[in-house]
Amino acid sequence: MNTFNYNQALTVDDALASVYAHPDAKYLGGGTNLIDLMKMGVEHPTALVDVTRLPLTRIEEYWGGLRLGAMARNSAVAIHALVRRRYPVLAQALLAGASPQIRNMATVAGNLLQRTRCYYFYDPSYRECNKRNPGSGCAALTGNNRIHSVLGGSDHCIATHPSDMAVALTALGATVQVKDANEERSIPIADFYRMPGNTPHIETSLKAEELITSVDLPAPPGGTAHYLKVRDRNSFAFALVSVAAIVELDDRKRIRSARVALGGVAPMPWRSLEAEQVLTGGEPTEATYRKAADILMQDAKPLRFNGFKVELARRGIVRALTTAAELN
Amino acid sequence: MNAENEHSDNQRDPTRRTFIEAAVLISGAAITTPVLEAQTEQALPGLRRFSLTINQVRHDLDLEPKVTLLDLLRERLQLTGTKKGCDHGQCGACTVIADGERIVSCLALAVCYEGVDIVTIEGLERGGQLHPMQAAFLEQDGFQCGFCTPGQICSAIAMLGEAKKGMPSAVAHSVSPAEPVELTEPEIRERMSGNICRCGAYPNIVAAIRATERS
Amino acid sequence: MPTSIGQPVVRVDGRLKVTGKATYTADHMVPNLAHAVLATSAIARGRMASLDTGAAERVPGVIAILTHRDKLPLAKDPTKVAEGAPADRVLQLLQDDRVLYGNQPIAVAVAETFEAAAEAAHLISAEYREETPHIRIDQGLKDSYIPKKAGGAGDPGESHRGEFEPAFSSAPVRMEEIYSTAFQTHSPMEPHATIAVWNGPDELTLYDTSQGIFGDRKRVANLLGLDVEKVRVVSLFVGGGFGSKGPSWSHTLLCAMAARHVNRPVKLVLRRPQTFGPVGFRSATQQTIALAAESDGRLVAARNQTITHTSTFDEFTETATFPTRMLYSVPNNTTTQTLVRSDIGTPSYTRAPGEAPGTFALEVAMDELAVRLKMDPLEFRLKNYADRDEDKNLPWSTKSLRACYLRGAEHFGWSQRNPEPRSQHDGHSLIGWGMATSVYPARRSPASARARLNADGTIVVEAGSQELGGGTYTIMSQIAADALGVPVSAVTFRLGDTRYPETPVSGGSQTAATTGSAVFGAARALRQRLFDLAQATSSSATLDDVVLANGTIALRGSGRNQPIQEFVMQTGQPYIEAQSSEKPGEEQKQYSMYSFGAQFAEVRVDADLGQVSVARMVGAFGAGVILNSKTARSQFIGGMIWGIGFALHENTVYDERLGRIVNNNLAEYHVPTNADVGSIDVLWIEEDDRLVSPIGAKGIGEIGITGAAAAIANAVYHATGKRVRDLPITPDKLL
Repeated sequence: MNTFNYNQALTVDDALASVYAHPDAKYLGGGTNLIDLMKMGVEHPTALVDVTRLPLTRIEEYWGGLRLGAMARNSAVAIHALVRRRYPVLAQALLAGASPQIRNMATVAGNLLQRTRCYYFYDPSYRECNKRNPGSGCAALTGNNRIHSVLGGSDHCIATHPSDMAVALTALGATVQVKDANEERSIPIADFYRMPGNTPHIETSLKAEELITSVDLPAPPGGTAHYLKVRDRNSFAFALVSVAAIVELDDRKRIRSARVALGGVAPMPWRSLEAEQVLTGGEPTEATYRKAADILMQDAKPLRFNGFKVELARRGIVRALTTAAELN
Repeated sequence: MNAENEHSDNQRDPTRRTFIEAAVLISGAAITTPVLEAQTEQALPGLRRFSLTINQVRHDLDLEPKVTLLDLLRERLQLTGTKKGCDHGQCGACTVIADGERIVSCLALAVCYEGVDIVTIEGLERGGQLHPMQAAFLEQDGFQCGFCTPGQICSAIAMLGEAKKGMPSAVAHSVSPAEPVELTEPEIRERMSGNICRCGAYPNIVAAIRATERS
Repeated sequence: MPTSIGQPVVRVDGRLKVTGKATYTADHMVPNLAHAVLATSAIARGRMASLDTGAAERVPGVIAILTHRDKLPLAKDPTKVAEGAPADRVLQLLQDDRVLYGNQPIAVAVAETFEAAAEAAHLISAEYREETPHIRIDQGLKDSYIPKKAGGAGDPGESHRGEFEPAFSSAPVRMEEIYSTAFQTHSPMEPHATIAVWNGPDELTLYDTSQGIFGDRKRVANLLGLDVEKVRVVSLFVGGGFGSKGPSWSHTLLCAMAARHVNRPVKLVLRRPQTFGPVGFRSATQQTIALAAESDGRLVAARNQTITHTSTFDEFTETATFPTRMLYSVPNNTTTQTLVRSDIGTPSYTRAPGEAPGTFALEVAMDELAVRLKMDPLEFRLKNYADRDEDKNLPWSTKSLRACYLRGAEHFGWSQRNPEPRSQHDGHSLIGWGMATSVYPARRSPASARARLNADGTIVVEAGSQELGGGTYTIMSQIAADALGVPVSAVTFRLGDTRYPETPVSGGSQTAATTGSAVFGAARALRQRLFDLAQATSSSATLDDVVLANGTIALRGSGRNQPIQEFVMQTGQPYIEAQSSEKPGEEQKQYSMYSFGAQFAEVRVDADLGQVSVARMVGAFGAGVILNSKTARSQFIGGMIWGIGFALHENTVYDERLGRIVNNNLAEYHVPTNADVGSIDVLWIEEDDRLVSPIGAKGIGEIGITGAAAAIANAVYHATGKRVRDLPITPDKLL
């Protein structure tokens, strides 16, 4: 780990001022990803601004929805009664992620901003990684890409986004509240992450100094939800494929509305409005779900080792929708 | 039980500040060596002065901010019961309890934990009596090599606290707050999956936790 | 006096372990300690064109950056390995610019703090002249060969009896398939660590994570040109070894060399990623198995052609063919071990080396043939039960496999099994049952121990040995206590120091039989001395009449009773001591010695998503005298859980273009978590094998993993109807 300045901020203005004062400063949340990346030599900020003591830990009702303070711990969100009652898919997604210890440390904002687990990104001794070192190439394209994207990748990067929480937030249509010295703004989660294209090192639409202050959930969608995570072992592993599914049935037991978001298959949580339209009005049957799954996966570009994810994701989508609908 | 005790019986003086004495038994003879805790680091830039409360003892420290809680415990405070298994938050061997919650100390910068009450494996005994979880691990043989054990025990104690507060888990039938937490074997297994045990003591760890919970 | 052997005695070192006071290597407090961190290679084959240490040297607190340019002195060539030292490995000790595998040590950063050393190690930057590495088995076949000797006991690399070809081709029921297992990395929770303390220019104390302190001492002394007696190795607690801490690896020597160079004690702990490559692992195997049987199920021919990797610079054979040689009665049997030279670190002993992958392939093949024969897999095995070792042509010392099959099957409920695949469901889960045979050699080597009665009445027993989790402190205390007729609590057993009597490596499941026999011998010898000193020779008393209790020594039946202090002092010494060296004899040539077992597994497979969970396992073992039912159960269970990992999770993944391990961490190298383990029941058959050891014990550290992966794989087939012959069975293989 490199040497850095440390500053614990007690107010948002303090935090912003500290970050403006140091080029290459970074906000430090629970540290579960950033400290790890610093140990690996992937990140080397000149300064860390500890934002965990900011008054941004509350989880409260907000315009019919819920506001999750950016510094609320993942475990605090997962245990919160309103989250569990109104947004169970979010609690499930959080509980499927990492380990209890990590969830006690990691914050909402930190979880959103965690970086890919691509082997070639995470270890700087690999020369090629456009995300870490723009222009150096992508070792994963022809390397071991079993855990990589089948959707949304580019010739420059096929890394996946590792967050479970973000998948649920995508299904729920959350917005990310951010602030810098000049303005506060809301970024819909769908616009928060960026496709890799030829700039995979730019992962979000955050500006350099912007601080995430909260994640806001709109009023809960109708229906019932399920978060499915398929992984190589039963716990404490990143997703091969994950699915957040929310299904609402009408009086005639047809699908009134549905939402599906995927993790583990793309550079960001993956959602398709087209697929959700196919579900809307349909019978809650495997055939309907399969049709939606086919649409979600229609642009899949499997590589040498990750082809299985295409079919696994389709089956996962069908399973998650089935399970969610059965809870109606 | 035997002379191995002697090797770990380093003095742990609860009143010390930056000055500590380490009695190190090598070759069966005590060599008492004064070690100035921050001495070697005072030459280094960017030291930060802060204090931490560990096992109810306050430590005033001058440290580089990059020092993790784990390396502070092990390399500077002689609290070597907390283990470094992976140093990347992937094994749980370094689990300690911070304000009642289990965390991995390898990914925690010590400086971030000022004002937080830290409990390590060394802080669990009361008056020479094992904590019930320690006693249960001993009785149920909840370990083999013992290296992951301090982390397992700290994790298990905090896990029972989480369950008491109603924390759901990934194997719960439902996350609804109306569902009470029942620590079945699958529940305990899932909730203890942040602590890897390569010897495979898992069934006995689960048994130890169930025994503690019942008592 | 009730005996403690077989009792569920709580570990005597348990309190230290649950309180964090057990001292593992990196826990030792040493004054004036400097910290070292290795820098390792980013390529698998080539040369370093340049090595820039400037930035590393400028890190505040750095003491030295050591590279091949420093030409650190060695007394011997580290690329030479002594004959008859199967655990010695060729080491990479910064002697030249060559890179032979990924993660090879290329420099050592030494600093005042761990943080400074770690930062400096990161800043060491090498430029390479890279050559194309070869990792895949098919890439290297042109460089392949059959080793003359394979395995720790030096067995031949191939075996032949009868005529395989004609028997196979004329048999009515046959199968031939290729099975493969993945590179498996031991991943003990404690990373390898060394603290080197020079007590003078020619005297060294090493705290080392070692499964074999005497072998370690010899190798270190030899390479550094020191008198063996001037090197002391201490290893009081090892945080798991599984074979990985058997040999002396490069970092141990590098730590000692660095300490000598900076003239200070140095601690070097491998970073977790550095435990992938330079400190051994289990080679991947490719096993082509052919079996043939008569229609009644009698095996007539068996062949196992195994290909495994070794490094380009050293030789190690994963002896997967060995179970095929001896597990069943088969008149026509042929096996070959082929080694392929690859640009990898040298593979090494890994829990049940050979038998773990060997029983996977053989026991899945047996299941496949049972399906073709329409026979129950257990029935099929009983039909081919080997009443003697047909490979070595020797009788078994003991073999309780038949009882293991029957008792295990009964406990599991095997008779309820519907042989039809896909016949059991529960919601989305397919449920399957499988079984397989376990086998592992019962090994024993020479060992010494000493026992001492102090004037204050305390009893101290010492033997080098090691504690890696198997319960050495506890079982040795029990053996000594029973031999002396005292409670376990009366004995203090010490180990893990080369100042104690010499014992071999804790590997090959031999510690109980080996060190246990020496401890038994020493304790009995001490009792004999007490007996002699009590001048009891003329009476009709026997050794067992010497009674140590309540601070007195008594001779039962003689009325003689004397305070221990007085008794000891009259010898003119502060203690009475006896030492014993025990070694196996001719019986090892006259008998074939193995532990056997039977394992049964129930799996649940998600029918759509391919995720496999092991719901329950039953293991039944015949493994000699079980010294401590509590620790033995734990060790069997631990082995079976290794079987779960081997079957379902573990895979050290190489990027074949680069020759580097991409998942060199515990997040992506998946070992089982608590949630991956269902209920596990262990039972054992009463056995007392005095041919293996005078205490009747055989050793149990490794047998648990053997057969476990096959039982699980066979259960997956039974659940799904899909035969996966390539481990690990991850979800993608079942879609």
